Amino acid sequence: MSTTDESRRQSPLDDVARWLDDRLRLAEGTQRYWRKAFPAHWSFLIGEVALFSLVVLLFTGTFLAFFYVPDTRLVVYDGPYVPLQGQEISAAFDSTLRLSFEVRGGLVMRQIHHWAALVFVAAITVHMLRVFFTGAFRRPRELNWVVGVILLLLAFGAGFTGYSLPDDLLSGTGLRIGYSVLLGIPFVGPLIGFIALGGEYPGTDVLGRLHILHVMLLPAGLIGLVGAHLAILVRQKHTQKPSKKATNTNVVGEPLFPNQTLTSLALFAFTIAVLAMLGGLFEINPVWLYGPYEPFQVFAPAQPDWYMGWLEGLLRLWPNWEFTILGLTIPSTLLPGVILPGLIFTVVGAWPWIDARWITKDHEEHHLLQRPRDVPVRTGIGVGGFVFLLSIFIAGGNDVLASNTATGLQTISAILRVGTIVVPLLIGWIAYRIAKGLKENEAAAARATRSEPASGAQQ
Amino acid sequence: MAASDRRPPRTPAGGRTKADQWREQRKREDRAARWAAVSFLVAIVASLALFVVYISGGQAQLEGLTLFIAFGAVGVGLAIWVRVIVGPEEIVEDRYPMRSEDADRDAFEELYQSTMGEVTVGGRRRFLLRLLTGAGLSLGLALLIPIRSLGPGPRNELFRTEWGEGVRVVDEEGEPLRPEDISPDQVVTVFPEGATGSADSQAVLVGLRKDVPTDLRQPTVEGIVVYSKICTHAGCPVGLYRAAVGELLCPCHQSTFGVYDGAEVLSGPAGRPLPQLPIEVDREGYLVAISDFRVPVGPSFWNLTRGDGA
Ligand code: FES
Repeated sequence: MSTTDESRRQSPLDDVARWLDDRLRLAEGTQRYWRKAFPAHWSFLIGEVALFSLVVLLFTGTFLAFFYVPDTRLVVYDGPYVPLQGQEISAAFDSTLRLSFEVRGGLVMRQIHHWAALVFVAAITVHMLRVFFTGAFRRPRELNWVVGVILLLLAFGAGFTGYSLPDDLLSGTGLRIGYSVLLGIPFVGPLIGFIALGGEYPGTDVLGRLHILHVMLLPAGLIGLVGAHLAILVRQKHTQKPSKKATNTNVVGEPLFPNQTLTSLALFAFTIAVLAMLGGLFEINPVWLYGPYEPFQVFAPAQPDWYMGWLEGLLRLWPNWEFTILGLTIPSTLLPGVILPGLIFTVVGAWPWIDARWITKDHEEHHLLQRPRDVPVRTGIGVGGFVFLLSIFIAGGNDVLASNTATGLQTISAILRVGTIVVPLLIGWIAYRIAKGLKENEAAAARATRSEPASGAQQ
Repeated sequence: MAASDRRPPRTPAGGRTKADQWREQRKREDRAARWAAVSFLVAIVASLALFVVYISGGQAQLEGLTLFIAFGAVGVGLAIWVRVIVGPEEIVEDRYPMRSEDADRDAFEELYQSTMGEVTVGGRRRFLLRLLTGAGLSLGLALLIPIRSLGPGPRNELFRTEWGEGVRVVDEEGEPLRPEDISPDQVVTVFPEGATGSADSQAVLVGLRKDVPTDLRQPTVEGIVVYSKICTHAGCPVGLYRAAVGELLCPCHQSTFGVYDGAEVLSGPAGRPLPQLPIEVDREGYLVAISDFRVPVGPSFWNLTRGDGA
């Protein structure tokens, strides 16, 4: 790039732009957004990583869909993977093996897709934590927070359905557990379960249904809501960290073009690069090692994808309370499998209102971010809640923990049961005290400077 | 276009003149441009390498690696471009409260009232509007019907399996079993004859040791016990047997069931014992079921204890 501006050259691009403007009157609107301000802070880029992972998921997923066959009918495997040759496996599992071993570039696509799914949910989670602890969900952004929570749920759904498609031993196990939890819902559970699978487990057409959910309905929902998420963001403009320049009535940042555009493109490239490396070099979900799904076999230790870990942990830790009152049986999976996760998501989704009503008692419009210390109660609850999720997540691996330490499984489970209650409370309380201490110190320091004899021309 | 044009000139420091600074800045940008160019070149080479890998048969690791280098290099090039050549720039944009101006709100409200007036004023039109709403709701309800087509309602499937009176106990290969085939501590996955591989009838047969006292709920054959293999927690196959302690272990959430105590839950989240299959020996000396399981198998559900009404 030279600093001297060459005289404007005509390029074909100019002609295209003119042609379009002649027909769509674009210049005015484009001008307005060309220099839109993007507050520059690294934490604002985490959401973009999620977005880019989704793009990678859509592209790799489309490729996979060309080869995948959602069919449980049995075929005889005759591909290159020797241990399974001659064995009767489902057409779905067969197509997954073909994709992995015979389609050129198939394995890398499959592995990038799986890794991208893990990164997608991880990026959403970290992005949510950022928004939570900086109070970016406050009015007027409650709506976008809710959209984000629904996006997370859809991401879970997409992950679960995708995990179940290859029809390998692990995927069947996940499906079995999901169906059983549904079955346990009072009154309607069996009906819901039967409708979901087309009959009693394993049902008649499970893969076909999961497939349509995974490649059509859930992606449509994800794309639609991501669109809404971004549209609301543009409409409301970014939040920003307060500074001398940045106030509640402006946005200080880098312009959309060229700075933000180039930064985002670079980030896009880096995201793809990392996913490609993970997908190329780090084996994930080697379904041929698990073998085809047989309802009477199981793979141990069975571990779901990471974002399901906390649900798994809840199921594992929950005591075996099962009772029958007046002929109504409440299975031991109902609370940890349905009610608690429902409650957690409800509280998370309703957080902007809970926060405004009971914690900050502040219903005003805010565009400046807070620091965790500014609202100690929120910070305490947030840290405690996060540690709780983390500890039930760890509980999801209690068998792995037990086999890697000298302690028995039951002792570990007992410790975890107490730990998942006590530790989050304790750490949440500590976080609250620290935040409160910092806030008070700051307030004291501010008071001290103000009460000093006024030397400047402030007054 | 370079950032140096836009940046406010700084006061010369350390005796350097503005011209010096400008020249330094130019040099820095030239160097950055060179690095960016190198990055893009690397990306081109890596992409071509990917082509070669692909055409020569494909190899997952190399594909991943070349993709990584190609996109990574593009990213580095772009990052240099935006950080050094374009340089930081700060602009300030105004922001207005999200709420519309009062005047706009009032104007819209008036518009709404007047246009809605045309539709609803007068008893008859309001009446029509109500009926239309009713029709809309009914139609919405009617549209739920296709969902019901997705599956039959549960009848007695959850209470029944393929087991029944006189049905032979067979192994995974479909071979019927005799009591003398079973040695103590042996575990066999069994099915009702004619339904090998069945998801809801799968059961686990365990050879019992003579010296351990048993406490079983159903009639069985000396030295042998058969339980449903479906975990009563969330339906995983109870796949592991720890003979030393006589425990069946479910690998999903680690429920353990005592084989000698009627599969009572010893630990873990399962809420009830594995149902035991009542068995006997038929005239030809093979193991057969006396009846189906006496309680529903698998994960619990709300009307579990009510029976299927049959
Ligand atoms: S399914 Fe067996 S313990 Fe959960």
